[in-house]
Amino acid sequence: MTSPTTGPTTGSVGTALLQMTGIVKEFPGVRALDGVDLDVRAGEVHCLLGQNGAGKSTLIKVLSGFHQPDAGTITWDGQVTSLSTPARAIEHGVATIYQELDLVPHLDVAENIFLGHEVSVAGITQRGRAHQQARELLGRLGHSEISPTRLVGSLPPAAQQIVSMARALSHDTRLLVLDEPSAVLDQEEVKNLFRVIRGLTAEGVAVVYISHRLEEIREIGDRLTVLKDGRTVATGLAVADTPTAELIRLMTGRSIEYVFPPRPEQPGDGRPVLEVRDLGLAGVFTGVDLTVHAGEIVGLAGLVGAGRSEIIETVYGARRASSGTVTVDGKKLRRGSVQQAVRAGMGLAPEERKSQGLLLDEAVFKNITVSSMGRFARLGFLDSGEERRRATELTESLDVRPAGVTRAARTLSGGNQQKIVLARWLMRDCRVLLLDEPTRGVDVGARSEIYQLIRSLAGRGVAVVVVSSEIEEVLGLADRVLVVREGEVVHEAAATAIDEAGVLDLIMERKVPA
Amino acid sequence: MSQDSARVERAALDSEREPNPVLGVLRTSVGRNAGLVVALLLICVVGAITAGDRFSSTDNALTILRLAATIGVVSIGMTFVIIGGGIDLSVGAIVALSSVWCTTLATQQMAEDTHWIVMVGVALLVGAGCGLVNGLLIAYGNIVPFIMTLAMLASARGLAEIISDKKTQIVGSGVSGFKDFFNKDVLGVDVQIWLFALVAVVGWILLNRTTFGRRTVAVGGNPEAARLAGIDVKRHTVYLYVLIGVCCGIAAVMLVAKTYTGSSTHGNLYELDAIAAVVIGGTLLTGGRGTIVGTVLGVLIFSTLTNIFILNNRSFSEQSLFKGAIIVAAVLLQQRLASRSNT
Repeated sequence: MTSPTTGPTTGSVGTALLQMTGIVKEFPGVRALDGVDLDVRAGEVHCLLGQNGAGKSTLIKVLSGFHQPDAGTITWDGQVTSLSTPARAIEHGVATIYQELDLVPHLDVAENIFLGHEVSVAGITQRGRAHQQARELLGRLGHSEISPTRLVGSLPPAAQQIVSMARALSHDTRLLVLDEPSAVLDQEEVKNLFRVIRGLTAEGVAVVYISHRLEEIREIGDRLTVLKDGRTVATGLAVADTPTAELIRLMTGRSIEYVFPPRPEQPGDGRPVLEVRDLGLAGVFTGVDLTVHAGEIVGLAGLVGAGRSEIIETVYGARRASSGTVTVDGKKLRRGSVQQAVRAGMGLAPEERKSQGLLLDEAVFKNITVSSMGRFARLGFLDSGEERRRATELTESLDVRPAGVTRAARTLSGGNQQKIVLARWLMRDCRVLLLDEPTRGVDVGARSEIYQLIRSLAGRGVAVVVVSSEIEEVLGLADRVLVVREGEVVHEAAATAIDEAGVLDLIMERKVPA
Repeated sequence: MSQDSARVERAALDSEREPNPVLGVLRTSVGRNAGLVVALLLICVVGAITAGDRFSSTDNALTILRLAATIGVVSIGMTFVIIGGGIDLSVGAIVALSSVWCTTLATQQMAEDTHWIVMVGVALLVGAGCGLVNGLLIAYGNIVPFIMTLAMLASARGLAEIISDKKTQIVGSGVSGFKDFFNKDVLGVDVQIWLFALVAVVGWILLNRTTFGRRTVAVGGNPEAARLAGIDVKRHTVYLYVLIGVCCGIAAVMLVAKTYTGSSTHGNLYELDAIAAVVIGGTLLTGGRGTIVGTVLGVLIFSTLTNIFILNNRSFSEQSLFKGAIIVAAVLLQQRLASRSNT
């Protein structure tokens, strides 16, 4: 299990620097970590693998002091400790580089590197010395070309990542956590990143490396730990000795399979409800044609950033189209008017449910009736008794739990919050429903319920458009699939006429390595 | 791909802030308002001890309410604007401009020829007009409310000075009906106090029982969600500033009736008093949450304090010092309640 490493060996390899045992972290409605074990040795690159929602991010946050585990022990350098705050974690020498870089764009490189521990004498910052030290750190990372006086906001992502790493090194870092560092890098930059990592491990720094790209893990990793559904399914495996097939077996094999509702023989009555012609948004996407019939579910598949969300937000009028037309039931909509889209019978369940969809502190029933208030009002006065009655009927039929329409939306789990958003549009008897990542943040178990719900909506004659980054979801749920790549619809097919590999091929064509 | 899990993570973090059921009671509006009532009672006890019968009399109670009435009306409007995610620094200046405009010789002449209600109409229209300008430029000109209303603060008072030539305009005997009406007693209580009560009740109904109130909370609590739910956020923002403008017009009428004058110095520092009362009343400066009852209690707390200071012959400067301390104490207390129920 713990055979020697493929990385550079130094005297310090083999000492357990960090040991986490039985870590449990629970959020209301979600057990994010359910007994995770991890041990990391000084001087090694330890890879962390797992699918979306496996608990990797939560684990990192426990490690960097943002979350406190509900159970389990953390041993650092042989001593049981608690990483009670991010500052404590930094004191121990844990530095984390998140995917979304946490730099201040309006400060320069040196200021960012020493943010929080400025080089100063009696409170007066010493710019000269700070620049000198920043230059040394950047040089150590092989990037002496980055000027300490450049504004961070003006740097490309790869350079920003280097600045983040320089910041980590400016502390006495003994454990560096990298969350998908290669996501923003091209191949040349990834090579350089690996060179930097090897340099660090040679100095005895331990690295926890998170990535989805197996070939990278093969190249840089020494040992690996696999997480699934919040549990460690394998830990301390030597990267060199573990076949790919074994890794995939460990990562997949969901404990709960998705159950997709069966498709009707003939979806809908063939009458087009939503017709989009040559829709474009300058600089984002062009020439999108889309027709959705009553009772039909159309899926948009594509990578994050391919323009899927932008397309449906433009259809909805939340972004003002630069060209093309959107028609609902034969009525042409004005560009950039959400009010008109809603009046015409459109509804959107946005991607960011919490920031775009819900009024979190408001009662469930108010969230449901917010788009149909006129129905419950006479001369502007709301009949909130009637609101509550109708909202209760809906939440009961959708099986929202816990029941009770006066509790704040915040207190519900992701799946139940999504039901609230859907209920909002059901309340309006909407004709077209646009769903952006409908199962994001929804418990695996509750997903099937959401799928059933979407299908039954279609069964009532609603035209549904679903956007998802999970190809399996688009293929399982939709009747027809549109594949989006870099702002263009590159393929359209019946969901049964194409498989996961086929879609993957289409959306990644230019990115798939040889 | 793990961007997704980062989002799940953030979602989990959000739901972690779920209020603790026991301490959560203190965070409910009812609990908070009960706290304010206790604070007000304590202040009254202090008043009774230091000023004795001069404090605890019906007459003095009416004095306090009279003190509260004008700023109270403005504070009700401010509550809506702040819940709706905005701020209005120009209220004092709008009060001054309305008071001047409705007491110009021309307006008074017109009122004399027709009816004194003309003066009221002018004051309300001027207030609404200023609010409309604020609202339109904030909503459609994308000017930050702080800056826009700061500009209005300067301009409206400047215009008031130009119109009045910096002179105090006295309400003539030709429109004594105006003075008489607003200084009448009804059931032993001044019309002005009734007016404040009326504005407060209408405000409460508007906030809690109408689509307008529901939209205000939505727009202030999560403007993006409100927009995607089909609410016309921009138009609603305009309505909110017009509403507070009308409140300023009402306050101007009350001031003119109380002082028999219109002046470009009326309403000085009203913006600070109104914002302070609203914040003490538990309305979130970030928008989305607040109560009318809290604001009324906030106004009463301030006017009672002022009254006690006056009865004890304390200087205005001491009052100001103490007011500042009260604001800080109230906000610290709210934060502690909020953070304790979070952990």
